[in-house]
Amino acid sequence: MLEINNLHVKLEEEDKQILKGVDLTVEAGKVHAIMGPNGSGKSTLSYILSGRDGYEVTDGSISLEGEDVLELEPEERAALGVFLAFQYPVEIPGVGNMTFLRTALNAQRKAKGEDEMSAADFLKLIREKAKDLKIDADMLKRPVNVGFSGGEKKRNEILQMAVLEPKMCILDETDSGLDVDAMKLVADGVNALRSEGRGFLVITHYQRLLDHIVPDVVHIMADGRIVKTGGPELALEVEKNGYADIMAEVA
Amino acid sequence: MPAVAKQKLAELKRGATEDRLEAMTLPEGAGWAGDARGAALARVRDMGLPHPRDEYWKFTRPETLTRAEAPKASLFDGGEPHLFHDRDRLHLVFRDGVLDTSASDALALDGIEIERLSDAMAKDIHWARDVYGVLEANGQHPVQRPLAALNTAYASDGVVIRVTGKPAKPVCLTYLHEDETSDAILHHLIRVEEGAEMTLLETGPAAARFNKVMEVDVADTATFHHVRAQGRDHERRCVTGTFARLGTQSTFKSFTMTVNGVLTRNECVIELTGDDAVAHVAGACVGDGDDFHHDDTVFVTHDAVNCESRQVFKKVLRNGATGVFQGKILVKDGAQKTDGYQISQSLLLDDDSQFLAKPELEIYADDVACSHGSTSGAIDETALFYLRSRGVPEAQATDLMVLAFLAEALQEIEDESIAEEMVERLSGWLERRAA
Ligand SMILES: Nc1ncnc2c1ncn2[C@@H]1O[C@H](COP(=O)(O)OP(=O)(O)OP(=O)(O)O)[C@@H](O)[C@H]1O
Ligand SMILES: [Mg+2]
Repeated sequence: MLEINNLHVKLEEEDKQILKGVDLTVEAGKVHAIMGPNGSGKSTLSYILSGRDGYEVTDGSISLEGEDVLELEPEERAALGVFLAFQYPVEIPGVGNMTFLRTALNAQRKAKGEDEMSAADFLKLIREKAKDLKIDADMLKRPVNVGFSGGEKKRNEILQMAVLEPKMCILDETDSGLDVDAMKLVADGVNALRSEGRGFLVITHYQRLLDHIVPDVVHIMADGRIVKTGGPELALEVEKNGYADIMAEVA
Repeated sequence: MPAVAKQKLAELKRGATEDRLEAMTLPEGAGWAGDARGAALARVRDMGLPHPRDEYWKFTRPETLTRAEAPKASLFDGGEPHLFHDRDRLHLVFRDGVLDTSASDALALDGIEIERLSDAMAKDIHWARDVYGVLEANGQHPVQRPLAALNTAYASDGVVIRVTGKPAKPVCLTYLHEDETSDAILHHLIRVEEGAEMTLLETGPAAARFNKVMEVDVADTATFHHVRAQGRDHERRCVTGTFARLGTQSTFKSFTMTVNGVLTRNECVIELTGDDAVAHVAGACVGDGDDFHHDDTVFVTHDAVNCESRQVFKKVLRNGATGVFQGKILVKDGAQKTDGYQISQSLLLDDDSQFLAKPELEIYADDVACSHGSTSGAIDETALFYLRSRGVPEAQATDLMVLAFLAEALQEIEDESIAEEMVERLSGWLERRAA
């Protein structure tokens, strides 16, 4: 469903190449994990997928279910089904969490030519999803991510994902900052969304998350490229030996 | 300013001032009214009308406000009723600065005495005699406000309200603009007696050019709430002066929302004269286009112990719009335990827009807590991207951030339902603008 071909990306402001030919295909219904050393370009890939400014795609293509993603604005990608759970969720003072989510959901529905969800239906939906993630009513009322703990922010990302029901879920280190119980909650949230028509790209440094969200495919990214692809056992190998062996092997 | 330069400036102003005065006629009235007008006229002549070289007119060009003819302002149909229309209220309608009695409610409400200014000023014996023009005259020092004195001299319409109880509903003044060249002057006089309480709402553009003065005398333990929305006619101009005096344990809260209008200058002069009084003045402004100019000029004087004052002004400016804030807190000798707060902020949606701020603190007491801050910033791009990445279109995401930015000012509105109505209108305007 997601096809990334020969993706080359540099910074807009500087002559710095970050992605140097990424090839990656995520099939519907599958969970792909990406691991890789700090600074290898994992977050950059997630930003390029969601349409963040500041980067220039110098070569290559991205398509989701055949649609050229690179042509689209971030909000259009969202309506198409792209969702990024941010490595660093953003605080937005003054914008209520509920208002934000309802606006987002209805904007996506509108973009798809669907009717807006009523306030009552929305309230019901969000209460139910929030309950699963142990997010209390107070957090929903507060401004987006303001004063949330690190773990609360990550759970809030998953709540948004659960409400928006995207097709292509990209999770950038959603496990970092989570305690053991919260990790379980988040993993349950993700697993509940696993379905035939939905693809996942899970960026993580640790095998621990992958114990709960078992991936179909694991990729290793280094210096702006996917250097190795394998099954779940690849994550175990990284956990045990670090990247040295893999790097030596592909060098 | 050196004496020679001062004299030169005075001469420069004299001609322009006389030109303007020549084009105007003093209204009829009782003897005392004539005296008050004469005194105000003498103040105008003494000060001269504002000139770009005046210290507090450096950021805002006064010419279109001072010249004899009001510049034309085309009419605007927002396609919706004026704010506060479905609220239980005592409603008064002014058309280009003249009360339309047939479109207005009868001047009667439990807890207040309300009259038309012209009626009050025709009476030989009236409480307004001791009040009319007094707060305005007091407010001329140390900063001159000649347009307010001009108003006192020439205003023939307005409302005179004495609040003796706690009226069940607010008084709402709706100002309609129906004539493209109207030049309106309104003067309101409000005295809130001890323990009494009222809310005054104002909405609408009023005229092509509008000069409004409101004198509010808030007695001990009395409360006055004021919420206004200045009209959205793009070409309208206005200068307003709010002069308030606060007694012991009294409360004064004023909020203004300004969207559109080519030129707006809102002056607010507050004097806390009784201990433990509270004064809040706030404004939210949304300006679009390089001919948009909005100016808040505020002067708060603490002259009593343990008083609190808050100034909260937020401006969203785009496409070359200009915002001005000149705010001062003066804490007089002996005004101990003063709690003075002032914040003025602008959100600049592009590089062409500008915000000019002159925050001032002058403190002669030693046991006070005063703070002021002024900032200018662009929209938070990271937050904008976050919103868009969830599917919120850019324009709508910007609106959300604009409303969030204005929230601190809107929170100054005491009545929640009025605050909600304001926010709703504002979102509607933003949304339609984007559409
Ligand atoms: N806006 C930017 N300005 C400067 N450098 C950038 C920018 N964005 C990314 N980079 C650089 O690009 C490289 C890749 O960064 P990226 O955040 O994608 O790495 P990552 O794989 O997500 O790392 P981590 O595991 O630490 O999260 C880094 O060297 C980073 O410093
Ligand atoms: Mg990263």
